[in-house]
Amino acid sequence: MATSEAVDWDAIIRDPRFQSLHRRKSQFLWGLMALSVAYYFMLPIGAAYFQEVFKIRVWGVVNVGLLFALSEFVVAWVIALIYSRKASQDFDLLAAQISADFASTGSPARAVAKP
Amino acid sequence: MKSISRKGSAAALLALASLTATPAYAQAGAGDGNRWLTFTVFAVIIGITMYVTYVAAKRVRSASDFYTAGGGVAGWQNGWAIAGDYLSAASFLGIAGLISLYGYDGFMYSVGWLVAYITVLLLIAEPCRNIGRYTLSDILAYRNDPKKTRVVGALSVITVSTFYLTAQMVGGGVLVKTLIGINYETSVLCVGVLMLAYVLFGGMVATTWVQIIKAVLLVCASLVIVALVWVPYGFSLPAFLKDVVADPKVQARVATLLGDPAKAMTAADLGQRFLEPGLYFKAPIDQISLGMALVFGTAGLPHILMRFFTVRTAQQARRSVVWAMAIIGGFYVLTLFLGFGAAKNVGSANIAAVDAGGNMAAPLLAQFIGGGPDSLFGDFMLAFVSAVAFATIVAVVAGLVLASASAMAHDLYVGVVRHGKEVSPSGQVKAARVATIIVGAMSIGIGIAAKGQNVAVLVGLAFAVAASANFPCVLLTLHWKRCNTGGIVTGMLVGTIAAVGLTLVSPNLTYPKAVKAAAHKLLDGAAAKRAAATEALESGDESRVAKAKKDLGALDKAVGKANADIAKWGDAQTSFMGLEQPLIQLKNPGLISIPLGFLGVLVGSLLFRDRRAEEMWNEVYVRQNTGLLVSKSTAH
Repeated sequence: MATSEAVDWDAIIRDPRFQSLHRRKSQFLWGLMALSVAYYFMLPIGAAYFQEVFKIRVWGVVNVGLLFALSEFVVAWVIALIYSRKASQDFDLLAAQISADFASTGSPARAVAKP
Repeated sequence: MKSISRKGSAAALLALASLTATPAYAQAGAGDGNRWLTFTVFAVIIGITMYVTYVAAKRVRSASDFYTAGGGVAGWQNGWAIAGDYLSAASFLGIAGLISLYGYDGFMYSVGWLVAYITVLLLIAEPCRNIGRYTLSDILAYRNDPKKTRVVGALSVITVSTFYLTAQMVGGGVLVKTLIGINYETSVLCVGVLMLAYVLFGGMVATTWVQIIKAVLLVCASLVIVALVWVPYGFSLPAFLKDVVADPKVQARVATLLGDPAKAMTAADLGQRFLEPGLYFKAPIDQISLGMALVFGTAGLPHILMRFFTVRTAQQARRSVVWAMAIIGGFYVLTLFLGFGAAKNVGSANIAAVDAGGNMAAPLLAQFIGGGPDSLFGDFMLAFVSAVAFATIVAVVAGLVLASASAMAHDLYVGVVRHGKEVSPSGQVKAARVATIIVGAMSIGIGIAAKGQNVAVLVGLAFAVAASANFPCVLLTLHWKRCNTGGIVTGMLVGTIAAVGLTLVSPNLTYPKAVKAAAHKLLDGAAAKRAAATEALESGDESRVAKAKKDLGALDKAVGKANADIAKWGDAQTSFMGLEQPLIQLKNPGLISIPLGFLGVLVGSLLFRDRRAEEMWNEVYVRQNTGLLVSKSTAH
């Protein structure tokens, strides 16, 4: 085990900034996760039960089913980009702030005293 | 039991195994005059990877170097390495093959392999980087009882890797045999020895570079082929597909797949049908179950998780997944063109003649666009794609062996057997190398012993165990406060046993009684069919005679196979598990075993109490979210 005595983990958990990080991150992550799983399973379900829709031709011989399957790729990439933008512009900064405060002193006193 | 494993969605994972059915006349290798080309291209690629290993070997001094390349891999490099680790021959050759034989369903199948990385990105990659060190069990052992969780974690890692490894070794052996025409045992030995050389001497450093080189080669080869296939259509998707569906070979293929209903369809309708779902997947529930195993299993694959320990920070881990998703997804979009291009240019019947599972679609397409068999450029393209396929197998196998060896050496030996005693850095590397030799030798042995077996089900099973045991345990120890040792041990055991147990009673196994019944039924009906065909032969009508001749040929083949089946199974009535028929109809157990695995962790955690797991929660939760002390743990 890493030597963890130097950091007061309980104090970080109580820190309002960490609480806020935890709350926003959880909502964001699980929301995106639910969205991507739901979108993915629409494909096999659609292919099985909505074949008539999948067969509709929209662009030459290209049908709804093919476009929908291609859209799965686009949606996966977009979700990945949305998450990594949000994480690097928001979560990372907050996490770095918290880490810096607590790691440098090892004491929560200074950090807690901050407004 | 009409549809044994071939139609199974799990079987689709590694249609490679059906290569064993390759008739001897249909070797896919370069023409005899140009075989030197094959060997030259192979030699160049192996030479490059060997040089990389030689350089890497000098850098491997500590356990951290051996398992994680010292943690010094950049995000983009790791992204390419993940792609190299993940794009196995099953996806490179298998998916292109499925598309070439079954059209739309093959492409739809590829989607799950990419979506799986969303789970990895959002829930697994960053916390694992922040909490773990070398292995999956490091994450479990952090807040739970280290000895117990390391034992169950290592067992699960070794189980998953062995299933996957066996499938890769058998599939790889057959593939190399078909591609360059050496015998099966030699092929397995070549793959095994080469992989051992990379891992043993170069550890994770060499493995990473071999995976990067392989991924770059794979993407380049695919880009060149797709460009050549697509350029006549001015890179227009509808124009390309219009030509595909208008092709008589494609239409004939669909007619064969559909059987009687096809008689009422026009040629244009038959072609269009190739772009519509339902030619391969018949039972939606199987597909959903397989989809679950893929989407949640990837996040529990030990050789993929291990890659996140090779980067230094959570940000780099995130960047690696984004790179990997771009490469893997882009590659699957390319397979759309590889598959449809092969169906149109080479023809599904020709592809299936060389290999019933379609695995030769991409290599044959490469040969075709290079100018066809026996042309110099055609054979060069074939040789190049074959060499890439070979590199693919070796790179994937190397990653798997490293994951198994780390579980054996780091978790079981250093963590459990030598617990409490300091193991010197050189001692740790030595343990890792000994474990590598054991795993490598085992994989060669299993590969040779499993010759001719249908191993297709094993890849699906590896994903199912990873999704049902590893994934719930890793996810809940990271994200659920009440999770503890009891939960991890229960979850690992329940998930693994459920996935393996359900597969053993599934339709994937051979049920001799059903096989023999089908064979007898065919034989009973054969006489009438033969009479009808003979009558047609004598009718003098040219088209009827031609059809009758074809029918007779097919009938002879089917009768031969039926007789062989009856002789093979003799008096046997039950499957390997003593069952006359499958207990469940699911081909991939994910739909049932994944919820069971989660339930195992939940119930186990609530039944047992573990003070350490509770006390450590704050630390685990803060660390995975902030990355505090992560440099300290990597420096150890």
